[in-house]
Amino acid sequence: MTTPSAIAADTLLKTPLHDLHVSLGARMVPFAGYSMPVQYPSGLMAEHVHTRSGAGLFDVSHMGQLRLVGPDAAAAFETLMPVDVLDLPMGKQRYGLLLNDEGGVIDDLMFIKRDAVNGGGNSGDILVIVNGACKVADIAHIQARIGMRCNVTPLPQMALLALQGPQAITVMQRLSPGIEKLVFMSGARVSIGGSAAGSAQHIECFVTRSGYTGEDGFEISVHEMQAEALAHALLAQPEVKPIGLGARNSLRLEAGLCLYGNDIDNSTTPVEAQLNWAMQKVRRTGGARAGGFPGAPKVLAQLAGDPGTLTRKRVGLVALERIPVRDHTELRDTAGNLIGEVTSGLLGPSIDKPVAMGYVNAQLAAPGTRVNAIVRGKPVPMEVAPMPFVPHRYFRG
Amino acid sequence: MIKYTEDHEWLTIDNNIATVGITHHAQDALGDVVFVDLPEVGKTFEPKDVAGVVESVKAAADVYMPVSGEITEVNEALRADPSLANSDPLGAGWFFKVKLSNPAELDALMDETSYTTFSANA
Repeated sequence: MTTPSAIAADTLLKTPLHDLHVSLGARMVPFAGYSMPVQYPSGLMAEHVHTRSGAGLFDVSHMGQLRLVGPDAAAAFETLMPVDVLDLPMGKQRYGLLLNDEGGVIDDLMFIKRDAVNGGGNSGDILVIVNGACKVADIAHIQARIGMRCNVTPLPQMALLALQGPQAITVMQRLSPGIEKLVFMSGARVSIGGSAAGSAQHIECFVTRSGYTGEDGFEISVHEMQAEALAHALLAQPEVKPIGLGARNSLRLEAGLCLYGNDIDNSTTPVEAQLNWAMQKVRRTGGARAGGFPGAPKVLAQLAGDPGTLTRKRVGLVALERIPVRDHTELRDTAGNLIGEVTSGLLGPSIDKPVAMGYVNAQLAAPGTRVNAIVRGKPVPMEVAPMPFVPHRYFRG
Repeated sequence: MIKYTEDHEWLTIDNNIATVGITHHAQDALGDVVFVDLPEVGKTFEPKDVAGVVESVKAAADVYMPVSGEITEVNEALRADPSLANSDPLGAGWFFKVKLSNPAELDALMDETSYTTFSANA
């Protein structure tokens, strides 16, 4: 058996929680240019299960945060994505997709419209959270395309923590009473800790009720100087355990959520990726602000179902034998013809079956379709299955 | 007699039959083992041939044949409960047994002391 060789750790960036991870016994690995915890001593499986039953704390400070500021920011941001930014209400969060001129996905992201701070010097803005591995290129792209219409300000001083799982609300309510009013995909500036939580220290944060696990939970943007204090305050709660990137991946796959670089990339359009739900009607053909984003002719033709435009689709797959089917595994139809490839796959710890997502010929994308994954030369039967594999448990009020 | 390979596998030899498994270091690096693929009984292998697979949620690794010989038995209990590779890697988590066709090959493998040094630097 072969173990991964060590990669020079000194060239990697560190998040503000790096020393905390090491002190908790994390196994650190290179990820998106950072040294990140892949798992803690309890292990991926226990961490995955804990997040589905308790509350898991994730350090996702490698992700990119930036703000768009100015009266034209929403209209400008819309020109980069097939998404409705203008009509998004204040305090609401939305999933977005930066597209290239061929309709391929440059990155997927989350954005939220934030109010001006009462009495403070900050104006309102759009807070954008992008993938760590893409952030440098994303910021350059956004700056180049809309930098003349709004201020594009990277926020490298901000850390990002996620608290995910059914008990996350219990924890957050204890530390920041009133936060329970937030519903899924909304956010607010809150103070965590303080006298109400029996602690001397107030930590000012921006919190959204969202995440990447399929569970109820929160993502917390906090200044790097206070990230460790916040992590300690959260880990001091009996429901909370630290969770590594390994479980983050198995949780998101069970939830049917795409991993950029695996399941979507520059060569896949949002329609091929079956992210149609992320493209609001107002930006589609016949909508008041139809098109006007990179790759619009191709994406709108695929959305309209124009013949021959959509040749492949992203689907969920469940193996009918207990054999894990991993990334880049060939998919063949029952006659042996190559029909696609797995883009993410593992044995789902909660569903307790091998699950995967991948791209198949569009005519073979219906749930229930039988295909074979070719694992070490042998066919493993799989069935196209609806996603999520594990039901989402978001709090919608 | 116990021997070790640079691929973090162990062998114990009894009456010209080697029992083969993965080391504590290997199972720790892999994490929770969820699947093993074991060779067919009766099949013969050369050293370094891929004889099986061990997978955790996050990774898959090949299991190499440490010596030449014929498979005489595989651990069906491990197939049914792959977590034995984590909980008892040098005992109940063994992978397969192989009848040695060239016992002299054992001389090239590491003993306990050498492997302890090797794995500490791995």
